[in-house]
Amino acid sequence: MITAPELEITVLVLGMVILMAEAFATTNVDKRVLAFAAISGLAIVLLATFFVDPTTSTSQATGFWSFYTADRLSIVFKQFALVTTILVLIMMIDYAPVVRTSFPSARDGLGEFFAVPIFTCAGLMYLVSAIDFVFIFVSLELVTISFYVLVSFTRRNPVTLEAGTKYLVLSALSTAFLVYGIAWIFGVTGQTNLYRLTEALANPDVDRGAALLGMVFVLVALGFKIAAVPFQIWVPDVYQGAPTPVTAYLSVGSKAAGFVVLLRVLQPFLALPQTQRLIVLIALLTLIYGNLAALPQANLKRLLAYSSIAHAGYLLIGVVCFDVRAVTFYLVAYLLMTLLSFAVLIIVAQQAGEEISDYDGLARRSPFLAFAMLIGMVSLAGVPFTAGFLGKFFIFYAAIAQHQTILVIVGVLTVGCGFYYYLKVVRAMYWQSTNLAKIPVNGLSRLAISALVIATIWLGVYPQPILDALKR
Amino acid sequence: MVLFVIFCPIIAAILIMVGAPARKTALAASVLTFGAAVFLLMSFDQEQHNFQHITSFTISLEWRLNFTTGVDGLSLIMVLLASIVTVAAVWFAGTIERYENAFYACLLFISGGAIGAFASIDLFFFYAFHELALIPTFLLIGIWGSGNRAAAAWKITIYLAIGSFILLLGLILLYQSLPPAWRSFDIRALQAGAAQGQIAVDAQRHVYLLLLIGFGILISLFPFHTWAPEAYASAPAPAAMLHAGVLKNFGLYGLLRLAIPLLPEGARHWTDLLLVLLLGNIIYVGLVTIAQKRLDWMLGYSSVMHMGYIFLGIASAGILGVTGAAVLIFAHGLSIALLFALAGELRQRTGTLVLDELGGLARVMPFAGLAFGFGVFAAIGLPGLANFAGEIMIFFGSFKNGWVMDRFHIFQIATVLALWGVVISTVYMLRAYRKTFMGTISEQWKELVDLRSGLRVPVALLVGALLCYGFFPQSFVRMLAPTFRTYLTTNTSPLTDMQTCSHSAVRRPPVVGLNDRNAPQVRGYNEGAWR
Repeated sequence: MITAPELEITVLVLGMVILMAEAFATTNVDKRVLAFAAISGLAIVLLATFFVDPTTSTSQATGFWSFYTADRLSIVFKQFALVTTILVLIMMIDYAPVVRTSFPSARDGLGEFFAVPIFTCAGLMYLVSAIDFVFIFVSLELVTISFYVLVSFTRRNPVTLEAGTKYLVLSALSTAFLVYGIAWIFGVTGQTNLYRLTEALANPDVDRGAALLGMVFVLVALGFKIAAVPFQIWVPDVYQGAPTPVTAYLSVGSKAAGFVVLLRVLQPFLALPQTQRLIVLIALLTLIYGNLAALPQANLKRLLAYSSIAHAGYLLIGVVCFDVRAVTFYLVAYLLMTLLSFAVLIIVAQQAGEEISDYDGLARRSPFLAFAMLIGMVSLAGVPFTAGFLGKFFIFYAAIAQHQTILVIVGVLTVGCGFYYYLKVVRAMYWQSTNLAKIPVNGLSRLAISALVIATIWLGVYPQPILDALKR
Repeated sequence: MVLFVIFCPIIAAILIMVGAPARKTALAASVLTFGAAVFLLMSFDQEQHNFQHITSFTISLEWRLNFTTGVDGLSLIMVLLASIVTVAAVWFAGTIERYENAFYACLLFISGGAIGAFASIDLFFFYAFHELALIPTFLLIGIWGSGNRAAAAWKITIYLAIGSFILLLGLILLYQSLPPAWRSFDIRALQAGAAQGQIAVDAQRHVYLLLLIGFGILISLFPFHTWAPEAYASAPAPAAMLHAGVLKNFGLYGLLRLAIPLLPEGARHWTDLLLVLLLGNIIYVGLVTIAQKRLDWMLGYSSVMHMGYIFLGIASAGILGVTGAAVLIFAHGLSIALLFALAGELRQRTGTLVLDELGGLARVMPFAGLAFGFGVFAAIGLPGLANFAGEIMIFFGSFKNGWVMDRFHIFQIATVLALWGVVISTVYMLRAYRKTFMGTISEQWKELVDLRSGLRVPVALLVGALLCYGFFPQSFVRMLAPTFRTYLTTNTSPLTDMQTCSHSAVRRPPVVGLNDRNAPQVRGYNEGAWR
């Protein structure tokens, strides 16, 4: 039987092997072979995750000095991280020509471009299992540092460089907040393990105010990861400047891990009444800001950046209600539809551009891509029979059950905004006409995009598999 | 069979998107759907008040979510209406210059979505199927529309999106207002729960308000109506036919299906509000309609105005008024589809729908003039055409008013005011007819030719349905009655109501299916049938 920690170790070893292979391989090897090796390696690990027995109790730790849990939630999110990484690697293969042109000698770079995401993946997998602040910090840093590299990968492009610098500075700042918050919490309770923390906070002698202060600092750091208002300033510029597959990775992988950590970290603090009010406020701000700011965007990558903020708002509604399944389902739906949009974006961007006006007449240029983008957009907007709708359904269901009236009202109004800016893309693709050349799609991308389209619709009609995976 | 009716248009739409010949496939699919709907009608047991032809697939045990389809009298006539209008709309569409495949696929998606919503017994799919039509509508108006199509497309899409999410909140709240043991998305189970008084009065009021606003936006209830005339004026004729004739009825169907039987207390609570709003539909929108200078805008507004009558029937919450509302939904769907079809045809030939520029067209287009006249007279509510039966039942029903009120008789006043709507609609309809088809013909239109024989078939179909339904409304009333009788458990004397209707108003022999039945086994909900 496979135990959960072996999965991460395998991924780390895979990453190192690929890095070594890149360094010591004889010349003239197509670097894309490395990507295929990475994809197949991760696919095997993904397969292996289905044979891991999750621990029955969430608090039951499985080693690493009780830093690490392998409960059902973490297994699901390990699979989530692996699927995301595989899809991002497929996008990276499509994106390889762009990376290659940005380096003076063609030999440089590509190998690392394919290897670093594997380390990010290992970091994400550790992060979703972490139940101790120390371990959360370490794995979060593994994720963040590998993202530093990835975000500024095409470093000769000034926009990318700007994105890299912004990400580096603000991310470092948020890390400082995290450490400071952990220090406060540790100082008050003497604990870093989340479950022992719950017991410690129940003790009336503990200074609640100080613990709350620490929690707020941690919340600031996590707000940065999940792109919640008011910690969202970096998002549009970084998303726009980073290489597109990395943007997709940031908006899906980083955000999902942030939410899992948020759910775990908030658990001990739910007893404090201020916590929920604070998150309601953040959720409201995020919903309003993300949706309103997305309205005037003309650049698709920037639009998706704001939409990622908006979706963080809906997810935060789920966090307010502390409905883990609703949040998870929403994240899975978000993964499918966001990666779908980015996959199409990468292909179109190389032929036309990243502005929404570059999508004019895409229905003529490539009916397949236009249809895939249509599904992605309507799912992000929340039209029934797509995964995005069911995600919103479960979130609103939880919110109504808990009488979060304001959140529900704001949520519905912002959904209306969402319809406008997502359908702007649909309008460009279908209303406008053009006589430009067809856009070719290679086999692997076609396969990945078709799989994402089918999964988006399938999950919108038959959500039970995901719900089952989270139930027991 | 019900599954076939739902999925025939949808599968055909997918085939067309993949590359099947657009027009032939669409026409074949719509005719097949119509045939299947007629078959359903024939094999429908009118004595039953339960749903028939039920098929069910489990989606989620945990949420008690099933994909269940089936028809009762009410949903069957909705399905029938949808299939008739679909045939007419597809037939009328003709050759499309740009993206022909996408055009027909969109039409069929709207039709399939509407039929799916009408035939779903499960609330979740009832809702989801309706939304299937949202994006196709956006595309139809945006790509093939005329006039200010961009603004119209945005307006309708955002209005309908927000409306349907408000509706979704209402449905979730409805689901949650039942105690956990009773929770279900199955309409029959909800009715059983409501009959047992499981929905608290407070919850009923909240849910009803949400449903009224949500459905109201979809139906173009005053003051949420502004999207409708603009969208219908800009949409290509087949899309306007399907949307005004069929899809908009989703909201009315929803109110009849959910609000009245499940939330009687909520309905009672919000009656005053609804009456004021529906008078806005009838009087205010009616006057706005008179002021219109273009035929398409006038038709759009007139459709909005007619929603007021239907709301009046729904507000009365008595069996007579509610049945009248259902009858009028069907009739209005047919007549407005006919009018939009002919208006679209006129626009294609003349390039204008400004009333002052047209005139005397009946000279060169006698068939179109005759058919348009039928549509106009039906919309006014002339006896012999379908709308008359519905309107008269609504007016009698609401004047009599479904429940005893111990205060000021607001219903009577509302009915009297609403009756003026008939005068208003006569004014604008006849005026439009005179300006379009009567009077002197201007030189530029003398070369016009009448509808070619191919296009006369769908027109004849719609006119035939209007006439047939106008002369024999009781055949439909008989189908509706068992459904509503089960619903309106709060009504004191449903049978007397129906007899009043049959004798004094419509002057038809008493409805047989109603009289030879003893006092209805209200709450005749059959436990075994759906488990």
